[in-house]
Amino acid sequence: MVEVEEPQDYLDVFQSQRGGFSFENCKRNAYLAAQANIKPPTAMKSGTTICGIQLKDAVILAADTRATEGPMVADKNCEKLHYISKNVFCAGAGTAADLQHTCEMMESQMELLRMATGTEPRVCTVVRRLSSMLFKYQGYIGCALVLGGVDVTGPHLYQIYPHGSTDKLPFTTMGSGSLAAMAIMEAEYNENLSIEDGKKLVAKAIRAGIFNDLGSGGNVDVCVITKETGGAILRNYEKPNERKFKAQHAAFPKGTTPILKEEIMKLVSVEEDVVMRD
Amino acid sequence: MAPGQYSTDPKQHTLSPIVTGATVIGMKYKDGVILAADTLASYGSEARYKDVCRLKKVGEYTLLGGGGELSDFQYLSDQLDEMADEDWLNEDGCFMGPKEYSSYIGRVMYNRRSKFNPLYNQFVVVGKKKDEPAHLMYVDHQGTAFEENFVATGFGMHLGIPLLRNSWRADMSLDEAKALATKCLEVCFYRDCRAYCKIHIGVCNGTSVDISAPIPLNHFWGHGAWTEKRLEDDDPTATW
Repeated sequence: MVEVEEPQDYLDVFQSQRGGFSFENCKRNAYLAAQANIKPPTAMKSGTTICGIQLKDAVILAADTRATEGPMVADKNCEKLHYISKNVFCAGAGTAADLQHTCEMMESQMELLRMATGTEPRVCTVVRRLSSMLFKYQGYIGCALVLGGVDVTGPHLYQIYPHGSTDKLPFTTMGSGSLAAMAIMEAEYNENLSIEDGKKLVAKAIRAGIFNDLGSGGNVDVCVITKETGGAILRNYEKPNERKFKAQHAAFPKGTTPILKEEIMKLVSVEEDVVMRD
Repeated sequence: MAPGQYSTDPKQHTLSPIVTGATVIGMKYKDGVILAADTLASYGSEARYKDVCRLKKVGEYTLLGGGGELSDFQYLSDQLDEMADEDWLNEDGCFMGPKEYSSYIGRVMYNRRSKFNPLYNQFVVVGKKKDEPAHLMYVDHQGTAFEENFVATGFGMHLGIPLLRNSWRADMSLDEAKALATKCLEVCFYRDCRAYCKIHIGVCNGTSVDISAPIPLNHFWGHGAWTEKRLEDDDPTATW
């Protein structure tokens, strides 16, 4: 029988929540792996292409729209660009649930910070909080992020890995299609691009991922963040995979199926005299 | 061990490659076909031999480019040279062309892998015999062999093929093809740890097979985001 420690009183609960690393499950995991052949869940591969570039006064992010469940396409047009604050957005590769909840958490923390300090949140703040959180969970939260934004100190583009390491880069790609997108970036990036050319470049990089990587597909989403306008997500900026032939079903006209009988039953009785219990 | 005995172990087959070459890029152009490869042979993660030509002229019309284990590439090159000499000795008025050599190499590679003693290489066999159409074949250490208009081995498959798929056309001029191959190898140099910034380009145009002198690649490291001084600190290179 495996020993289970029950908390004795409030001090034990306090002790267990103090923070830092707790390795008490390692023995249990080893026991399970050896005796019952139960292995811990493996990391899910991030079938995605995301990329970002930093220009003189703007940051542009882009992502594909395919969500995969193993070898199947779960969502043909999902949203991988997440709103953190008006001037900070991020593109995420990895476990979809982790990304959604992590980004929502960052969004709420930045809003609280904005209300508390009265200033626009900085990109480095989000980066710091994300990397601290991801490191605390030792890579078990599967979020690989391309984070970009424009704050008082200028435009910034960061790359954050699930284990918590961060890189500040002029251009970056992540996900299974990152090599294909990186080839395009390395060939054509330069920091003096205009915003229009920048949008075309990131879209081209995502298209390379869509067509050369099996884990990426669907449409191209782009997000442009500038100092004046903040950030704007251009959903489905390009649709290179439009369905050409769709089966057409004319809607059946009303009355095609004849109505033989109509019966309305009252299933709910409404009581007017409700008494509040103490 | 007895004197003259090489090892105490019985006969062993190739387990893993030791001295390796990286990417080879091949593509057809309007008048023939070109091949490009860098000049590095790595010893694991060490850039050991920086002036190696991984392209080889075979017979009259064919060019062989090899990635993977260098000794296996050299062994096969010697075998093909012997074959070419026999071909010449026959004095029958015709020489073997790229189709014949690539078919032979394909069978040799599959035969070796079936005996669990592979030649650890990814080959690109190209050539153009006089007025016949240009020929480009990819042959693997597993015996995979297929013809294509453009191929890349190793990391070039991930980094170069997207660029080739975007820009390759059947009617490219020689200069356009060379520029595209150079671009792919440049990107490989940026993102592949085992690549190098000096390359050879070989051209088969039906009449001659020429391998160029080593060509240095351009590379740029002065991105503003890396070199600009940031607001808070004086250290310009810190990323975290």
